[in-house]
Amino acid sequence: MSKINFLKPDKSNLNTFLYLGSFLFLISIFDVLLNSFFSINISGFLPNILSFLLPLILGFIGLYFIRIELSGIKQLDLINKHINTNNFNAILSLLIIFVIIKSLPPILSWFFIDANFAGDSKDVCTGTGACWTYIKVWMRRFMYGMYPNAEQWRINLSFIALALLGSVGYFATDRFKKYLTLYYVVIYPFIAFLFIFFFISGGPVFFDFSYGIIAAILSIIIGFFIPSRFKFYYFLIVPFALYILLKYFIFFEEYIELGKLEGLNWVETGAWGGLSLTFIISFFCLIFCFPIGMAFALGRRSEFPLIRYISIGFIEFWRGVPLITVLFMSAVMFPMFLPADFFIDKLVRCIIAISLFEAAYVAEVIRGGLQALPRGQYEAAKSLGMGYWRMHIFVILPQALKLVIPGIANTFLALVKDTPLIFVVGLLEIVGMLNLAKTNPEWLGFAMEGYVFAAIIFWIICYAMSKYSYNLEQKYKTDR
Amino acid sequence: MDLKLQKIIPQLITVLIVVLVFGFFTYNAQINMENRGIDFGYGFLSQESSFDVQFSLIEYDGSHSYFRAYLVGLLNTILVSVIGIIIATILGVVVGIARLSPNYLINQFAAFYVEFFRNIPLLLQIFFWYFAALRALPLPQDADAMFGVFFLTIKGLYVPAFIWENLSVFLYSIIAAIIAIVVIRVHARKLQETQGKQLPVFWISVGLIFILPLLSFLMGGVKLSFEVPVLKQLATTSFIYEGGVSLPPELIALALSLSLYTATFIAECVRAGIQGVGKGQKEAAASIGLNPNQVLKLVVMPQALRIIIPPTTNQYLNLTKNSSLAAAIAYPDLVLVFAGTALMQTGKAIEIVSITMFTYLTLSISISIFMNWYNKKIAITEK
Repeated sequence: MSKINFLKPDKSNLNTFLYLGSFLFLISIFDVLLNSFFSINISGFLPNILSFLLPLILGFIGLYFIRIELSGIKQLDLINKHINTNNFNAILSLLIIFVIIKSLPPILSWFFIDANFAGDSKDVCTGTGACWTYIKVWMRRFMYGMYPNAEQWRINLSFIALALLGSVGYFATDRFKKYLTLYYVVIYPFIAFLFIFFFISGGPVFFDFSYGIIAAILSIIIGFFIPSRFKFYYFLIVPFALYILLKYFIFFEEYIELGKLEGLNWVETGAWGGLSLTFIISFFCLIFCFPIGMAFALGRRSEFPLIRYISIGFIEFWRGVPLITVLFMSAVMFPMFLPADFFIDKLVRCIIAISLFEAAYVAEVIRGGLQALPRGQYEAAKSLGMGYWRMHIFVILPQALKLVIPGIANTFLALVKDTPLIFVVGLLEIVGMLNLAKTNPEWLGFAMEGYVFAAIIFWIICYAMSKYSYNLEQKYKTDR
Repeated sequence: MDLKLQKIIPQLITVLIVVLVFGFFTYNAQINMENRGIDFGYGFLSQESSFDVQFSLIEYDGSHSYFRAYLVGLLNTILVSVIGIIIATILGVVVGIARLSPNYLINQFAAFYVEFFRNIPLLLQIFFWYFAALRALPLPQDADAMFGVFFLTIKGLYVPAFIWENLSVFLYSIIAAIIAIVVIRVHARKLQETQGKQLPVFWISVGLIFILPLLSFLMGGVKLSFEVPVLKQLATTSFIYEGGVSLPPELIALALSLSLYTATFIAECVRAGIQGVGKGQKEAAASIGLNPNQVLKLVVMPQALRIIIPPTTNQYLNLTKNSSLAAAIAYPDLVLVFAGTALMQTGKAIEIVSITMFTYLTLSISISIFMNWYNKKIAITEK
């Protein structure tokens, strides 16, 4: 055993330093633990400031002693490498450990130990902890808004059905894999729309299927005689024009007719709310903003100057204004732009506004992907004799979209986080319902519980989405 | 001929659709406004507004015009944005660097912060701070003074007001210090380029910025005194602090949540920027004998800033646009004062919403034009 220099821990006295250092370190943690869990101050005999700093000083000396390079003990080396590289890091590590220990007891007691779970009225909440009874009582409102209790099975059924239909991709065999894109892009949104429109709202039918089918068949038949390079524009315009022509000018129908589904009560959108509304809005905006954004991204890179300028104008306009003013616009300004007897539902206006707003962001993200592709890809596709659409659909977009998965996921996350803003037009999703519930005279004073509850829900949704996007990114990563 | 047609037809169709849609909207707007007896015009801006605003930086009451109300809202928006940007930048840079720390606990702590605050809607955070956290603060009469002069109460934060004598001399001294620093920097660079000598520019700058204002206190007749807020009883149960500067709780909640939320994004930008500098750059710098501080200052930071600044500016813009959420907690910003109260009173929906949107649009487009110019200026020109 050689001479010990306490200012310079070295390997020759490894055990002495190790025992001394760990002892001091453990004592410091023990002190803080006692202090925070049992409020016992073992260093109470010291002056106040010293007693407050004692664990930090002890822990620091302890960590200083065990900071021995290449000690040969695996665990010690790991600790030194990760939390104890130098004095500064040692103090920061100690502070973080202490903060965690200190903040655990109040958080635990608020969440669980002193919290109330039982009962169904405010009277049971007497403790200092959270009152989860409040969440329990208001659960239906937070989930379904003002949707009538007796009808809530419709929302549940629709969501379960949509979730099942949405998971088809996982079970599809290889034979059907090639139809999956078509299914998810066209058929699934359509089914979802039918579910939400007829099942959840049970509401007035404004789209007349008989005329719609006639218009579709007619336009497909005429479509055979249209030269192929105009086909895209033809199908963009003619079916809708035919539908309107048939319905309003040939058969002179009313603008809106209120047809209702047999056996289902109509629940107007004003009564929708809670988390289910968050899902509905996010879902539809997600579906709509993607194709719109893609169109404007292509438009911005178009070789036709007029289309390019229009796209730039569109994108920069929506990106330049806050969503809240867009919703204001949809609420107070948009009705002025429509014919006097024409009424669009509040929820639909909201969805249109948010979709257009997010589409601008999606467009910028996709443009980034398009720009990142090497020019060789375009040239190779062209040299194979592909036209504009064929080139983009089969060569450019699949690669570009792969590149921008993280960006698109971020935009969708932003979309989900933006849905609470619809309080501007008076629709109450979960955050709005919380604000309504906390002003209820019978349940005053539980704002904290409500916000914590909503925060946990949103956090889980958003975190899951970001992890999923990360997985997708890894899955579709192709080396080039 | 055929090719030309192919180029013209899609453009024509697109323009036609746009024109038709806009024409349809304006036509309807005209008819609707005629029916409702509303006339279009911006004349109302000079009319008397006859509503009050709780918190304003400039003098304002009901007898002022709507334009003045617009200015009040705009200034409040700018105030909360500037406060938010300053705090978010400091916090974001610290957290971003902490995420790269070799210390496991520190980088996990930073990662937890980022993942936590990023995944909760901003509006929810604002509500949380305003309705839940700040409501738990003590009443004015129960508040303890922090450092003896700050009072954090349920009615807001009261801080001492500065009372200056000869403020202009003080400001001149600061301007003089800044000019001196610029001159010394130029001189130091010249010295280094011609003779290879290095001046401790940083310490000289720090000294100048402290010493010159200090001299103005000692010799220039500048005096600074504080007006500490004092508790005053209005009624038996109603107390208020008088004197000093008071920051309303709306402002605190908004600035706090905006900066906590945006700091997570700035932290990610900073992290990506520092990681984006190639490892070879650091190794090369170290191998020519620069010390770690010099490596960071002369090699890593200039290159990292090039990656960090564009997305960070974007985040500043987002913060400014997000400050419009103020309307939810009744902080009188542009949206609440102008697109809220003024719109309700005048009913001029199209004019007011368009002015509000145009204001935000001007702000973001001017910043993005500036950023494009800046990007071009600092972009690495490859040979």
